Amino acid sequence: MAEILTRPESLTKIPFHYCPGCTHGIAHRLVAEVIDELGLMEKTIGVASVGCSVLAYDYFNLDMQQAAHGRAPAVATGIKRALPDRIVFTYQGDGDLASIGMGEIVHAAGRGENITVIFINNSIYGMTGGQMAPTTLMGQKTTTTPEGRTKDNGFPLKVSEMLATLDGVAYIARVALFDPGQVIKAKKAIKTAFTVQEKGLGFSLVEILSTCPTNWGLSPVKALKYVKETMAQYYPPGEFKKPEGVW
Amino acid sequence: METVLMKGNEALAEAAIRAGLNVYFGYPITPQNEVGEYLAKHLPRAGGTFLQAESEVAAINMVYGAAGAGVRTMTSSSGPGISLMQEGISYLAAAELPAVIVNMMRGGPGLGGIQPSQSDYFQATKGGGHGDYRLIVLAPSSVQELYDHTMLAFDLADHYRNPVMVLGDGLLGQMMESVTLKPYIPAFPLEEKTWATRGRKNRKPNIINSLYLDPEKLFSHNQKLFKKYQVIAEKEVRVEVINEEAEFFFVAYGSSARFSLKVIELLKEKGINAGLIRPITLWPFPYTVIAEKVNQSKGFMVVEMSMGQMVEDVERAVKGQKPVYFYGTAGGIVPSPQKIFRRTLEILEGGQE
Repeated sequence: MAEILTRPESLTKIPFHYCPGCTHGIAHRLVAEVIDELGLMEKTIGVASVGCSVLAYDYFNLDMQQAAHGRAPAVATGIKRALPDRIVFTYQGDGDLASIGMGEIVHAAGRGENITVIFINNSIYGMTGGQMAPTTLMGQKTTTTPEGRTKDNGFPLKVSEMLATLDGVAYIARVALFDPGQVIKAKKAIKTAFTVQEKGLGFSLVEILSTCPTNWGLSPVKALKYVKETMAQYYPPGEFKKPEGVW
Repeated sequence: METVLMKGNEALAEAAIRAGLNVYFGYPITPQNEVGEYLAKHLPRAGGTFLQAESEVAAINMVYGAAGAGVRTMTSSSGPGISLMQEGISYLAAAELPAVIVNMMRGGPGLGGIQPSQSDYFQATKGGGHGDYRLIVLAPSSVQELYDHTMLAFDLADHYRNPVMVLGDGLLGQMMESVTLKPYIPAFPLEEKTWATRGRKNRKPNIINSLYLDPEKLFSHNQKLFKKYQVIAEKEVRVEVINEEAEFFFVAYGSSARFSLKVIELLKEKGINAGLIRPITLWPFPYTVIAEKVNQSKGFMVVEMSMGQMVEDVERAVKGQKPVYFYGTAGGIVPSPQKIFRRTLEILEGGQE
């Protein structure tokens, strides 16, 4: 029987530890497929962050570094400046990137650091058990906003829109994983981001709207529906910045 | 070999370039700004990369990335900046990454001041960041040693896969002295960094990591690190003893060792035979060398530009067998040899304390 789908070579055979219905697995797979298709496996170094994806180095069949909380863009900068001809990407959640690591991501983008950032936005802290994130929606209940987020907790940060204003940024897109059509769009954006880096055009980031069924208290199916009907309304998918001409 | 007049901060930067520094990351802070400024000008010409980071936090994490990628990398700062780097230093030690960290100490705590001090001894030698780990800490006491120690620091870092700190102070960084620009000769055979993350061509992935969720695995990682630290403690103690036959010893490092030498001269004029034990490595600390002098010495005078930090290690070496005196200045005040001399004379002639 012909094989129509196999495990990407850039993923190990270790089963993901992620909760049922969490879309980290899809995101990992898309990144690995893109690296395989672009033939980058032997020259790619990934940087895992702190959060649910802290064990990403177990799953990507690539050279990997694990970074301190929020510091992945600085670690990636160090790698890229040491080895400018390699492909370097970070894989970060929203607590990591938009809260404790906001300084590092803004400056890596501002420098036009030629790295690719995969930014998983599930609007909540997953690994520590469902606390408020900078991306938590207004009214959203979390363990630290038990009555729902109000303006006393500040407003959700739109990272892609913010970073797209910076001159050092070459490519920024927001995608979602709530249905197969969106997954295909997500893969296209990830491929574009890695291609931008390969061409040396500057900083690229793909924000991926993802699920957290466990901490949202929703079934996997309802979680996908929540991304489509609620999250994607506040965080509209689309390409916010792309290099002119080439694409 | 060329001998030139050079500022301490610049001499160390020049040594780093000659030792093959590939990428430098740093953030401006007084009194070490000449390190970054010199490297910004000269490192690119030597084929390396200078990058001014957005913060010390970012700088040390850039160092982490570059060290993991298998190149020679360095950062430099002063007390408040080094405090910000502690998170990254703990990670570097845990992931066994070789890197050189320069601290040109200034007065603290808090924002403190910009004058020279030695008040970061505890932070440098006892941890500073979280968890069980050790840094190799070198304490130069001249511009020449800033040059020599910086070269040595890169070799020690690579050989032991451990971060190494060069602990100077604002006085050494800012002063000008003649320095012989010795050619770089590696102190150890330099091995290929097969563990580095440089892209996994024809091999299994390399992983730079410090996460061990299983307590047993973390414990065995700690044991592995401590076995390495034991080897370093056995092999890498560096110390200078001046006047081995003395009947009273000063113990001082860095700038304080220079003032102590002046005091020893003044005491000699009074017929007192004093000597100096100068730790060159602050970790590993020369406990044994001090202990060996306990029988012949009437006591030990520790001189530090702090409220008393290394004095605790000296007491640990002396084990209460002889008196350990302390003369300290803090806040950026440089001690006067005359004042130390008078205090020592009071002790030796008056027998107080």
